[in-house]
Parts: sequence; structure tokens; C-alpha cells
Amino acid sequence: MLNIPCPYCGPRDETEFHYGAGANIFYPEPASATDEEWSKFVFIRENPKGWHAERWVHSAGCRRWFNVWRNTITHEFGPTYKPFTDQPKRPA
Amino acid sequence: MATTTRRRTVELPEHPDFLWTARVTPKKVYDVIIIGGGGHGLSTAYYLAKNHGITNIAVLEKGWLAGGNMARNTTVIRSNYLWDESAGIYEHSLKLWENLEEEVGYEMFFSQRGVMSLAHSVSDLRAKSRNYHANKINDIDSEWLTPEQVKEIAPIVNINPDVRYPVLGATYQPRGGIAKHDWVAWGYAKAAADMGVDIIQGCEVTGFDIREGKVHGVKTNLGPIAAQKVGMVAAGHSSVLANLAGFDIPIQSRPLQALVSELLEQVHNTVIMSGMVHVYVSQAHKGELVMGAGTDAFNSYAQRGGFHVIEHQLAAAIELFPIFERAHLLRTWGGIVDISPDASPIIGRTPVDNLFINTGWGTGGFKATPASGWTMAHTIATGEPHELNAAFNLERFVTGHLIDEHGAAGVAH
Repeated sequence: MLNIPCPYCGPRDETEFHYGAGANIFYPEPASATDEEWSKFVFIRENPKGWHAERWVHSAGCRRWFNVWRNTITHEFGPTYKPFTDQPKRPA
Repeated sequence: MATTTRRRTVELPEHPDFLWTARVTPKKVYDVIIIGGGGHGLSTAYYLAKNHGITNIAVLEKGWLAGGNMARNTTVIRSNYLWDESAGIYEHSLKLWENLEEEVGYEMFFSQRGVMSLAHSVSDLRAKSRNYHANKINDIDSEWLTPEQVKEIAPIVNINPDVRYPVLGATYQPRGGIAKHDWVAWGYAKAAADMGVDIIQGCEVTGFDIREGKVHGVKTNLGPIAAQKVGMVAAGHSSVLANLAGFDIPIQSRPLQALVSELLEQVHNTVIMSGMVHVYVSQAHKGELVMGAGTDAFNSYAQRGGFHVIEHQLAAAIELFPIFERAHLLRTWGGIVDISPDASPIIGRTPVDNLFINTGWGTGGFKATPASGWTMAHTIATGEPHELNAAFNLERFVTGHLIDEHGAAGVAH
């Protein structure tokens, strides 16, 4: 089970959280977006082998969303950050 | 306590013949390169050789043959999916299974012991009933079972109405069943190698030779290899390869776990799955209960999952099968599955000419091993999809023609 560093509550068990998949997905311009742009928005998410910027919500805790870097090979967590704030550098 | 040593009195048996030539150095040029030496990659190579006469093929496997999801799945075989497109490809697969051992000349312990899918709520009953009728229309063997009929076929199931999620009915596909995954891989590998296919283990693709939108070969840890056509059949690593080739695919890689009990007497002679309480179980020929858990929630390439997922799954198993209560867990493991948005595979062309992709089988690719290879081979050989995989293209995520199998896929997908 992952030990997830909630930026508001501190480290908690994974079962208190829900996963929100990749971070940094922005809504396209509704009036002008092409089918390809809609497809990318709806279906395409990063799937890197290594560090991944992703979203979690602390459902059974503070119920707040946050973003975090996590390594998909080692499951190690990097820095957390609030949505729509500057993303910290990808950990080395 | 005294220890005793016993001399070995029995001679070791002769080492069996090698099933395929262990070629260490790949040739410089091939007609076709298949990336991924799992079940689907091997069956693709086999049908390229058998159906299309293309034998100058290399199957590149970064680890060892069939050591990825082919070694980690729970071997459920069935074809009772909801939509026509799925019925087409999965039923073709089941028909190929029915003659496969004879065709490749290798035992695979294919056993049509039936696959049962339990319903536990009113909405579950409606969904299963819809699925059952859809199967009937598509001429796929499907039966509707009452709880009593469930009990008749599988006496160890608890049909007591007093449990949290009682058994209210089930669909049953008698032609479904299981096979021995390793033997399936070995059978395809042997048959493909006999026709001239090179199987190269320990060969990882690190890049592609793409010029003017067309693939000309791959870069590997064993050096560059040229090819007219390249097929990516890399399951959980498909996104990594697609990104190396310069395009995105709608795939997320997640851990999926399974487990076996110690060896037990044969008590369970069919395959039972329940999407609602999230358990599926069959009993292997040797006697282990083989059970699958759900996927972990997050992306991972670690080939392991959280124990709370196993715990959740075993709680459901014990309620449905009280007889399992004292069974010991022998082993758990995880594989990395390629989850697509509509729980259906992607088999077809890519934005790069002569580069083809086969991915998105998610939690249930084993059953499709024959048809996946059959249609992928056709697509590579002719440059056009087979009618059975035409709908399973990458473009459907732009056109919106999704093939939503989340219901039929269930857990033992």
C-alpha cells in the first residue's frame, strides 16, 4: 500500500485517497476545438515509465485535491503542489 | 534433532529438446520485426508465417519469452462480450482455441469447463441479461442460470440469500474455460520457430529508425535491426514504445494482481467470476485455486500491487466460497496491464507508416491470444486491417466509435 504525502494532513495510507490520473489537463476552447483536440483532452494521458505528475484527492481525510510527482517504477513520491500553481521540477 | 541425508537414487531425466533455437545475435535485416515475445507477439509471428508465408521475422523480447503478462494472467477463455465487434474477434479466438493444440502440435491443456458470471443486484441482473441476449443474437453459446442451477454446476458456491451480495442469477458459457499459459506460449514459439521465425530474448527496443514518416527498423541494446515492417505488441509497455516512435496512445499502465492457493483436491470444476464483489476463480489442473484481484488505482510499471487489493478480493472469495476459508495463500504476483478507455483493444495502423500496434487488452488479453495474432498478422502482411479488427483502430478515439466493454469485461476479462 502506498504511503501518500497529503500536503495538508501529512503522510496517510493509500486507502484514504482516490487517484485522479495525470495532472495538467486543460479544457480546450469549446467553440473552436477540433475532434483531434477533443480526443486528446478526453482520452490521452501521459503514461511515463518514471516520474509522473498526477492528481490525488484525500477523500477520507481533508477531501482536498493536490498534485504530486510520483515515480511509476519505484512508487517513490516527489514534491506535492497545489493545482494551478507552478509545477516543481521533475525529480532527478 | 538428527538430520539425515539421502543419496539421490533416481537418475535425472534427459534434458528435453529445445523448442526453439536460442539465437543470440539478430540478423541485420528482417521482413518483419515483432516487438514483444509474449503470447500475442508469438501468435502474430506464427500467423504471419502460417497464413501469409512471411517467415523472415524476428520476435524481440526484452526479458525472457512469455515472462510478462503471459506468465501472470489467470488464463480465463471466453467470448461472451456485449458488442458485435467484440463478439466477432473473441468468438474467432475461441474457435481457434478449439483446434489450436492439434494445429500447432503441442499440448496446451485447453479445458472447456465453462465460465460462469454471477449477478448480485437488480441492475447487475439487467446488465447480465442484456449481455446474455446479445450473445444469443451473435450466436455465442450462452445460458441463463438461476441460483439453484448455479449450485448444480458449482456446488461450492454459497447461494444463501442472507449474505451481503446474494447470488441472484448468472450467465454461463459452456465453451469457455482455461488453458495452461506457459504451454500456449511454448506451443506458438515452437511452431513459429519451426517455420523460420527468430526468437531473440534479452533484446530491448530503445528507439525507432523513422524517416519521412515511415519506419525502417529499430534500435536495440543489441544494435540496430532493419525491417520493412514493425509490429508493437508490448502490452503494459506500449506507451513507452509509442512515445519512442513519436505519438501518443490512449493507454494507462496499471498493476493487476493474481494469486494461487496451495495445492488442493479438485473441488471446483468450472470458472466463476463476479464483477460486483470482484472475484474470479478457477482451479488449475495441479490443484491450486487461481484467483484474480482488481487493478490498483494508479499508473505503475513496478509489476507489483498493494496487498489491500488482495485482501478485498479474498474477503469476497470467502463469502462466495466458504470452503476456501482455511485454504492457504501460496503466492501473489502482479503484472502491468494496458488499460484502454473503452476496455477494448487497439489493433491496427499508427501515424507512422509500416509501424503497427496491438495493445489495450487490459485485464483480459489471454483469451484473445489466437485472434489477436491472427488479425495483427493480417494487418501487418496486407497493410489493411482484417474485418475482425477493423473497428478496433486507433482512430476510434477521435471518431467516437468506441466499443465499450466495461460491463462484459468485468473482472475476469
